[in-house]
Amino acid sequence: MSEPLLTLSGVYTDIDQYHILQGVDLTVPRGAVTMLLGRNGVGKTTTLRTIIGHWKAKAGSIMYDGQDIVAMATPARARAGIGFVPEDMGIFADLTVEENMILAAVSGAPDPARLDWLFGVFPPLKTFWNSQAGTLSGGQKQMLSIARAMIEDRKLYLIDEPTKGLAPAIVSTMAGALRDLKEQGATILLVEQNFAVAKALGDHVAVMEDGKIIWTGDMATLSTDAALQERLMGLSMEAAQ
Amino acid sequence: MLHLLSGDKPRSVVLTIILLVILISLAFAPFLFPGVRSLETAARICIFIVLVASYDLLLGYSGIVSFAHTMFFGLGAYGVALSSIHMGRGYDALIVGTVLGAIAAAALAWLIALFSLRVRAIFFAMITLAVASAVAVLVSQLSGLTGGEDGLNYKIPRDLTPANRLGEFLGVKVNGKTLNYYLVFFGSAALFLLLLRVVNSPFGRVLQAIRENDFRAEAVGYRVVWYRTVATCLSAATAALAGSLFAIWLRYVGPDTTLSFEIMLDILLMVVIGGMGTMYGAILGATLFVLAQNYLQTLMGAASEATHSLPLVPHLLDPDRWLLWLGVLFVLSVYFFPTGIVGRLRNGR
Repeated sequence: MSEPLLTLSGVYTDIDQYHILQGVDLTVPRGAVTMLLGRNGVGKTTTLRTIIGHWKAKAGSIMYDGQDIVAMATPARARAGIGFVPEDMGIFADLTVEENMILAAVSGAPDPARLDWLFGVFPPLKTFWNSQAGTLSGGQKQMLSIARAMIEDRKLYLIDEPTKGLAPAIVSTMAGALRDLKEQGATILLVEQNFAVAKALGDHVAVMEDGKIIWTGDMATLSTDAALQERLMGLSMEAAQ
Repeated sequence: MLHLLSGDKPRSVVLTIILLVILISLAFAPFLFPGVRSLETAARICIFIVLVASYDLLLGYSGIVSFAHTMFFGLGAYGVALSSIHMGRGYDALIVGTVLGAIAAAALAWLIALFSLRVRAIFFAMITLAVASAVAVLVSQLSGLTGGEDGLNYKIPRDLTPANRLGEFLGVKVNGKTLNYYLVFFGSAALFLLLLRVVNSPFGRVLQAIRENDFRAEAVGYRVVWYRTVATCLSAATAALAGSLFAIWLRYVGPDTTLSFEIMLDILLMVVIGGMGTMYGAILGATLFVLAQNYLQTLMGAASEATHSLPLVPHLLDPDRWLLWLGVLFVLSVYFFPTGIVGRLRNGR
């Protein structure tokens, strides 16, 4: 088995006076989708933000592609190939869709073939190419947010609740796009509350509780064990669908 | 034409017409509005358009609040004054003063940015306020070098002064002052177009992204401090170039005309009234403000006379109360145009 792309060891992160991450140990294998699950407020978003560098880890190490990135600034982490999709549709509302996409292609002009693929996955982006991103609907903004991360081939995608608050039709579009990305062999660390999407996409699972990873394993194991789901997350995946 | 505007169209018919009227009026000001006062107003409008646009690059496009913009403006102006005094009358003195003023402004901006842009934006604003106040006091105290509160008078090449008579054109006497005006006009136009190019470049887009959400911009891969620092230096250097044009035009610099906090507040008002983050707002804001500063008093005098038979109204319109009405006008314009005049014209709201 090849070396994991990302390994967090004993990561502690504080936000102001709150101790959010309390020794996170997490491994993200290459070319697979790792789901980060858990109840609200257990530290899933903070974990992603600590990896991208928004929150600085107080202790522990974050090994990414063979190097410890704890001391690295956020832009350097992004340029090292980490694409981040925040949960709040992190688009630039004052810029057009085109400008948002061009801005996200940090290593040069966007690849036309990749852009065509994205237009196929998210048709509204082509329709509203010259529109201000702030005028898009919630679902379209989320499409843009994910497409921005996908505009270049990243080594690692950190995606935070991409289907949150979206209509079922848009959720299915999102899931389709992420499936496409997965089929291309991308490495994804995904926080997702929609269990149907999580079950369909996830290869591996890490479950968080109180700022720690309390269980890791395969999605196949978790998705077929209702008692385990109940114990880890307080509800069963089937019941939540 | 669109290429000249860097693809940034006015995006409103009314705005396009207003901009064209202003452009034509300024381009032919010596012939359309002959007279010393009107030419003075036109030159001041040209220079303030650049000054306000350079501040818009900072405030409107980068989200950085600075109170040192007049200090950079003053550096450019004093650069020309000092070089003209020490090198003697000549174009070389104007060029050296202009270049050194812009370099000094960019270097000082870089230093301030380096020390303060890493932390909260409010800290940058406070630092600029402190440095600008310190420089104003220094200029006032170092009277041997700067002329103190009296400022400096100096000579510019004779070609650019009224003594250089060039005959008549369209019934208007053309002299070196007319040439000087066109130096100011074309210099300002070039600087404005340059700023328009900057904000419509990939660099400008990153600045806008940072203004909206600096963390998101970092997460995409952009070094926020570096971009903010470059924007600050560019803005400062452009303000200094506007200051140099002002010094060439006035043939005088003093703390009140270039460094005062009052001018800083005027710039802020012009940006807000015209519309932040639009560049074209600088044209509208500066034109309206300078016109109001120069002609509101005269207009009120005429209105007061015309209404002399009515009770109370002539007192309200007394020319001495022009500052009160200027204030009322600006409160109303901010109330009715929260996104500035350009924002209102573009969005229809």
